[in-house]
Amino acid sequence: MPRSWISPRARASALAAVTALALAGCGGATIDSAASGTSDASPSGSNRPCGTVNLAVSPWVGYEANAAVYRHVAEKRLGCTVVTKNLKEEVSWQGFSTGEVDLVLENWGHADLVKKYVTEAKVAVDLGPTGNRGIIGWYVPPWLAKEHPEVLDWKNLNTFAQKFATSESGGKGQLLDGDPSYVTNDAALVKNLGLNFAVVQGGSEATLIQSFRQAEAKKTWLLAYFYEPQWFFNELKLQRVNLPTYTPGCDADPQKVACDYPPYELNKIARVSFASTGSPAAALAKAFRWTNEDQNEVSRSIAVDKLSPADAAKKWADAHPDIVDGWLKNR
Amino acid sequence: MTTIITDPGSRVLRPVRRRWGVVAVVTLWILLGTLLSGRDTLALGSADITSFHRWLNDLRASIETGLAGGSPVSALITGVRTTIGAVVGFGQDLVARPSFGRPVPGIGWLGVVAIAGYVTAALAGARVAVLTVTGLTFLGLQGLWQDSMDTLTLTAAAVGLALVIGLPIGVAAGVSPRTRRLVTPVLDVAQTMPAFVYLTPLTLVFLIGPASATITTLIYALPPVIRLTVHGIRTVPGDSVEAAVSLGTTGRQRLVQVLLPMARRTIVLGINQTIMAALSMVTIAALIDAPGLGRTVLKALETLDVGVAFNAGLAIVVLAVMLDRITSTVADRGARPRRDTGRARIRAVALAVGGLTTLWLVQLSRTYLWAARFPETITTPWGPLEVRLGDDIARGASLVTRAVETSASGVTSTVKDAGTILLIDPLQALLSGSPWWLVTAAAVAIAWLVAGTRAAVTALTCLLLVLATGLWSDSMVTLAATGVATAAVMLLGVILGVWMGRDRRVEAVLRPQLDAGQTMPAFVYLVPFVALFGASRFTAIAAAVLYAAPAAVKIVADGVRAVPVETLEAAVASGSTTWQVITKVQLPMARPALALALNQGLMYVLSMVVVGGLVGAGALGYDVVAGFSQGEMFGKGLAAGLAIVVMGILLDRVSQAAARRVGAVGSQLHTRR
Repeated sequence: MPRSWISPRARASALAAVTALALAGCGGATIDSAASGTSDASPSGSNRPCGTVNLAVSPWVGYEANAAVYRHVAEKRLGCTVVTKNLKEEVSWQGFSTGEVDLVLENWGHADLVKKYVTEAKVAVDLGPTGNRGIIGWYVPPWLAKEHPEVLDWKNLNTFAQKFATSESGGKGQLLDGDPSYVTNDAALVKNLGLNFAVVQGGSEATLIQSFRQAEAKKTWLLAYFYEPQWFFNELKLQRVNLPTYTPGCDADPQKVACDYPPYELNKIARVSFASTGSPAAALAKAFRWTNEDQNEVSRSIAVDKLSPADAAKKWADAHPDIVDGWLKNR
Repeated sequence: MTTIITDPGSRVLRPVRRRWGVVAVVTLWILLGTLLSGRDTLALGSADITSFHRWLNDLRASIETGLAGGSPVSALITGVRTTIGAVVGFGQDLVARPSFGRPVPGIGWLGVVAIAGYVTAALAGARVAVLTVTGLTFLGLQGLWQDSMDTLTLTAAAVGLALVIGLPIGVAAGVSPRTRRLVTPVLDVAQTMPAFVYLTPLTLVFLIGPASATITTLIYALPPVIRLTVHGIRTVPGDSVEAAVSLGTTGRQRLVQVLLPMARRTIVLGINQTIMAALSMVTIAALIDAPGLGRTVLKALETLDVGVAFNAGLAIVVLAVMLDRITSTVADRGARPRRDTGRARIRAVALAVGGLTTLWLVQLSRTYLWAARFPETITTPWGPLEVRLGDDIARGASLVTRAVETSASGVTSTVKDAGTILLIDPLQALLSGSPWWLVTAAAVAIAWLVAGTRAAVTALTCLLLVLATGLWSDSMVTLAATGVATAAVMLLGVILGVWMGRDRRVEAVLRPQLDAGQTMPAFVYLVPFVALFGASRFTAIAAAVLYAAPAAVKIVADGVRAVPVETLEAAVASGSTTWQVITKVQLPMARPALALALNQGLMYVLSMVVVGGLVGAGALGYDVVAGFSQGEMFGKGLAAGLAIVVMGILLDRVSQAAARRVGAVGSQLHTRR
């Protein structure tokens, strides 16, 4: 790839070329001509003015995928202006009350925030599911699931506790947890299931992913909290450990929980005054619904193929016009 | 201090007795600690909170409702927010984002480079100007022009505010001990309270936007300029001030004509440190939507793209080195005498010609697209050339990281296990495994032995405050890791510092790397560190050492270099070996520098506690992160932040008092000889 590096000589000559251009005092497109040439083609078929949407974007790829596709459709098809704000969940929700955030596009439960902003302050409203199902659980790297499939049953975990031990787990098996933003019952689960394990706080998603990568590469034992949909499954097909089956209400008391995590219906949350404007952007947010496979496709483009979120969204939207049209049908 | 002068004899004898005292206390602590292990350790589960934490949650809720009501305070807040917002917005319009109804910023890249080069040449000379122009162009070649300009704008706003607020406070505290006593604790809190604690409340008050980002940066960046201004004014030689007094000057005249000019160099160094501190907040501020390089780093980390994160981190390092060299050269120049008139005339002509050229280049950057937006391809006589330096850097960094990760992780995990078993675990068992009252008693006794009664009272107060936060056990785990990290920092500080202080060539090689260690965002190297050492306390310690060691190395090197040449020559002439010169002359004489290095090393290690929480260190760092991520944990996070602050004050005061004692005894020994 000759163009993929620039030798010092090439750089020097490039500088010389720039200087030559400058000395000539002319040449190249002027800004005014560029400005007049780049006016966007007007979006097709918008019947109501859309205005501006303040969209919160939280720091994980799945969310990024939702946001990029929503933005693509809102801007290109409805002529909206979408302002994205990069925020952690707590700050996003706070934005509903200060009026700075109109829309959250992938919410994982957050019962406390729902209570505070939807039930009590009544500044936010549930816009329904995104269609994505969030799965939370304990996972092991693929090599381990293949060579020791018995670890996939929680009842066998104690047999292998010593294999899972690390310098951090104090002689017990290690259960690695990640970003504290996500709800976990892990400490209670370990206790109530009588497991000889210690929860070690990894503290971030990056730590979890990197630990899985190393565990797979080095064939070391690892048991960690993880979740789907997640772009990392494109790289490694982590296997989920079966915990005692979830039944509604079995997790009612966080101290006594001894069952698996419930499946999460991921949903969309909007600021009340945005949702009630009747703006096409709000209607689109309400109609936005797709599957885990759809999201994974976009996530994969972003995380593995290194496309920009905008390009990844365009690629998906062009390939699935039927789904996009479905969202826009009831305007 | 006065007792030392009046009673020298007993002080010289006492170190020996004190040392035995410390040994006795530690032995007793280990014995009792083993006997009573696991009792009264006050451990709290990572998801559990105490009534104090709940009270902090309620406090926050009531402040929120109070703010929503609309009060005189909220008018002031709105004023501050819109003013900062307008200033930063104007800066972005000028250099960073499409503005004024055009698809490009007010001044294009060529104009910015020209202005920066011209101003630097005028203030700091041609060499630094060349460095600046090269550095800025490099940012463009990296493909990060707009991000860099956003970061530069925010940094400039925060640093500007820091100077407007900090310089008057620094001067006031420099001349008045009472003001100083009032200001110092506030600075301690500002420097050690983790930003994660106040990020969410801040965005509630100042909303999401440039104001919150600037204020977050300001809080952390303000202390250095105040501290060094105070230091500069206080270290003006007494006889200069006395001479001014005897000439009958007023206090104001003394300040303007004597104190400020003589403290100038130190004050500029304070500005320099403030700039470095502001740049180290770039990634944190990106968590609340601050535009710029920090956002690129965070986005890259979502997919663990170390290469892209490194490229952006490198841009921050380039900015830091550039601004560092400019400010330090300005500081050095101020000390030099003025030049003769003949050269002044040449300089004036050169400045005029340079100014006109700059104006012309700015005009170009407002007219032509290639001069406005950093070009992605450059037309050369050999055909078009794509500017893809950033991609190359990213790819190279990824390759190197992957290679190191796979080839070295066997060795590194052995190192981690050994270090954990031999160092971290025993210390942690002693601190968090012993009953709290035993730890408190032992710590107070040690503080009394090594640093005196006042330090012992401080230690007791601070430890009781830690107890009051409800996070005793977590604090002790963090303290153990802090201890190991600080020891490693001092080891590196002494070895590299002596080497660097004795040899200018070594310094030339090491210094840029130290700068990089101080300004490369920790988020960039955490991912490879986790690959090497796993999710563990050891990883957190390694990251803290990487960040804190450069400061210690620089301070020790400075101290070693300050040893008078005659003293060294005398030692060499009397037949001392190199080893003897180092251990018998240079290190003893650099004792004050070693004490300062220890103190700063500690502070920097403590400021990495939260980062450690992100890679498996748990304890206080994790509590702070959890407080930032979950509303119910806010109170606990704040309490953990307070515990970090209190431990910082404890370690700072005790180590400073101990160092003063050692320093005083040391200098006595020297004068006696």
